[in-house]
Amino acid sequence: MTLSLRVNNQSHIVDVEPETPLLWVIRDNIGLTGTKFGCGISQCGACTVHIDGQPTKSCVTPASFAVGKQITTIEGLSKNNKLHALQQAWIEVGVPQCGYCQSGQLMSAAALLEKSKNPTNSEIDSAMAGNLCRCGTYLRIREGIHRAAKMIST
Amino acid sequence: MTVKSLSRRNFIQASAAISGGFVLGFYMPQAIAAKIDSKPWTSPPQGVEVNAWLAIGADGTITIRVPHTEMGQGGLTSVALLIAEELHVEWDKVRAVFADPNRHLRNKNEYKIMSTHGSQLVALQHPHLMQAGASARERLKQAAAQTWGVPRSSIEARLGVLTAGNHKGNYADFASIAATVKLEKEPEIKKPSEWWLLGKGHQRLDISNKVDGSAQYAIDTRVPGMVYAAVKACPVPWGQLKSFNFDAIKARPGIITAIALRSVPGKRGQPDMQDAVAVVADSWYRAKTALDLLPIEWEFGESAKTSSSGYVSEGRKFFDVPGIVSGQANPKAAEIIANSKRVVTAEFDRPFETHARMEPINATVHVQKDRVDVWSPTQDQSVAIQLVAEQTGRDPKDVYAHTMFLGGGFGGNGAGGTGVTRQAAELSKQLGRPVKVLWTREEDLSQDKQRPLSMSRLSASIGERGLPEALTSRGLWYSMDGLNQFGPATADYGVFNMPYEIAHRHHERHNLKTHIPSSTHRAPGANQHGFFTEVFVDEMAKEGGWDPLEWRIEMTKGKADYQRVLNMLKAKSNFSTKLPKGEGMGVAVVHCHGTIAAACASVTVSRRGVLSVDKVVIVLDSGHVINPHAAKEQSEGSVCWELSHAWMGGLNLENGRFVNTNFNSYNLLRIDQMPVVETHFALSGGTKWGGLGEPAGPPVPPAVANAIFQATGKRIRSTPFRLQDLSWS
Repeated sequence: MTLSLRVNNQSHIVDVEPETPLLWVIRDNIGLTGTKFGCGISQCGACTVHIDGQPTKSCVTPASFAVGKQITTIEGLSKNNKLHALQQAWIEVGVPQCGYCQSGQLMSAAALLEKSKNPTNSEIDSAMAGNLCRCGTYLRIREGIHRAAKMIST
Repeated sequence: MTVKSLSRRNFIQASAAISGGFVLGFYMPQAIAAKIDSKPWTSPPQGVEVNAWLAIGADGTITIRVPHTEMGQGGLTSVALLIAEELHVEWDKVRAVFADPNRHLRNKNEYKIMSTHGSQLVALQHPHLMQAGASARERLKQAAAQTWGVPRSSIEARLGVLTAGNHKGNYADFASIAATVKLEKEPEIKKPSEWWLLGKGHQRLDISNKVDGSAQYAIDTRVPGMVYAAVKACPVPWGQLKSFNFDAIKARPGIITAIALRSVPGKRGQPDMQDAVAVVADSWYRAKTALDLLPIEWEFGESAKTSSSGYVSEGRKFFDVPGIVSGQANPKAAEIIANSKRVVTAEFDRPFETHARMEPINATVHVQKDRVDVWSPTQDQSVAIQLVAEQTGRDPKDVYAHTMFLGGGFGGNGAGGTGVTRQAAELSKQLGRPVKVLWTREEDLSQDKQRPLSMSRLSASIGERGLPEALTSRGLWYSMDGLNQFGPATADYGVFNMPYEIAHRHHERHNLKTHIPSSTHRAPGANQHGFFTEVFVDEMAKEGGWDPLEWRIEMTKGKADYQRVLNMLKAKSNFSTKLPKGEGMGVAVVHCHGTIAAACASVTVSRRGVLSVDKVVIVLDSGHVINPHAAKEQSEGSVCWELSHAWMGGLNLENGRFVNTNFNSYNLLRIDQMPVVETHFALSGGTKWGGLGEPAGPPVPPAVANAIFQATGKRIRSTPFRLQDLSWS
């Protein structure tokens, strides 16, 4: 069936089974490949997007659930050609290694900063524990979030 | 199926001006030019090619062609730095692209090596990489010398500008002539004391592309007309496919076909084809869903009787059976131990572990009349070409491998990790169209080439001064068909190269058979035997009444590099054995890939046995460091890697197949478990060049196990730690 999805403020009409996970619609139908497949069972966070601002594992979210809602992917994180503070902080700290999980990390971190302007380490840990990184960039993720929080507040 | 689709570029332009739900501030990037494109294997060099490694653009942009793969280890940046150091150009003007593996093949290994493994890139390959830059620089000088009528020796090449007296010109002005210059003698490369660019911290070139989702990985490949395949190999590796019932799924949406993939009798090597079923559809999710519903019958064979626990009990029996001698035999060692009154003996085991790189294994192959293209997350482009050529019956010269960003490699995507390329090649050959094969995470974990299950028994006699007089080890590992494909690198590295001066040492090994394909796994060998050896060291030290760190310093006397590393560890870590119960510090030192790595771990263990690894101090001696920023990244990454397996991991085999094949059951370190990591360098310089992508890992698990002993009095001889009872009272 056809579904209408609003991704990064663009409308897309896609023809998929309604239970198709949003991840595959974003990647294979709409063609935005920044959102990654990692596990398919909501355990690694590589597929994290925002649905109406909430960080969501798109690999287990049926596309039909997102109809009528605002979906934001990593490609929509920067606005008006300006990097999001987290992206800037990620560059300054040198967070990514292989980079594969970083779209998901950034989307989870962005949702955290929406809720908490100056998160503590333990707030960061609980918000980010659903995002696996095999390269071990965790310490820099923490540092990047703190740095971005500081950038936003000054 | 897709009614509307926008190209990526249009999409990004179209969505540039939007308002969303965010109220965060946004910032312009600070002086971060796009150093690479998101698809750096397709980017043509800008300007004139001076040699195969580099081209110079009219605007002074230097395009460096990188033959190595970028799997997070920073290879792309390292190669560019090594060449830019010699060429002497402004770092801001450097842009990197991946070299063409097909060109490398056609021009008889023009780039020397197109394979990335063993932490060798900088350690072993810097001479020819720097040579490429030095050679280009001297050619540019020669071109200017000819033009200006001055001797080459009078010309200075600096930051992209050539000068001699009143003559001055940009590299770009002389690039065309330089490309034709033949030097009588190639220049020598610089000594570390002459470096101006290397040795300082540099940000990786591929960073911008990795914060906006634009970096392209093999999984992101989209080729016009492409179809998708989900595959399932026999859950018991090397089992046979008996039958499947395509009728049960063929009416499902988007399904194109199902194809049996067959192993070739007698071909049971690492990258050989195994029996599998591939379901092909117009989308991967449709293919995967149908495959889950497809009735398949397998013949599991005798291997279905095996299990991890069975291997461990069988392995213990081999502790009493003489094995293959590693290195020099020393029968006296066992004799001394047999006659000693003071003996320490301990048995260790570690389970199978898997690579679980974040990018599940995949490959896209497009077989056409006159060429074959392959996009795969391989660490070894040359092997990818060979495999695809073999599977499609084509001349390797007609195979084009595209070097993609890898979502992790860790030794699993080398020669042995590319069996998926065969699947994609076979399917594309049969279907006559481009095919993307993507493994589910469950397939990826159960069909990976795994780190072998390994065990060891160590014995030592403790003599005068409480130090060991003799030491024996009998290690064993379950490798596929008992083969020792990787030599000591995987089988007993980390034990026979221990640095300690013990008068009599004797090491043996058994290569026991399994059907599970085995492979290198970041710091192979050292990550297993380093654990056994370094926990055992603490047991010997305790028996002899020594402080564990002082024991190591004493036992490496006369080895200046070890002394430097261990003394720095002592100074930086404030190591102490006098902490309150429930807190502990532990140390270990392991040599691998030419680098000495020492670790000090600080842990807290609650009375109920909940472990927290609070801090890890790492000291490294790799001889030299070309980019301290990248070296620290690799140190932190290696700590996380090894701790993941030693604390959380453990891939469990039951009935011949792995049973914990996704991240809900194969546990890995998460952010809330990551210790603070401090990295220091105790560099010995000189001719020593060690690797940095792996060595910081192996000392971490034994340091943590030794710290747990200090905290709880419980000796850990098996991993993962999460399965051990660490409670104390």
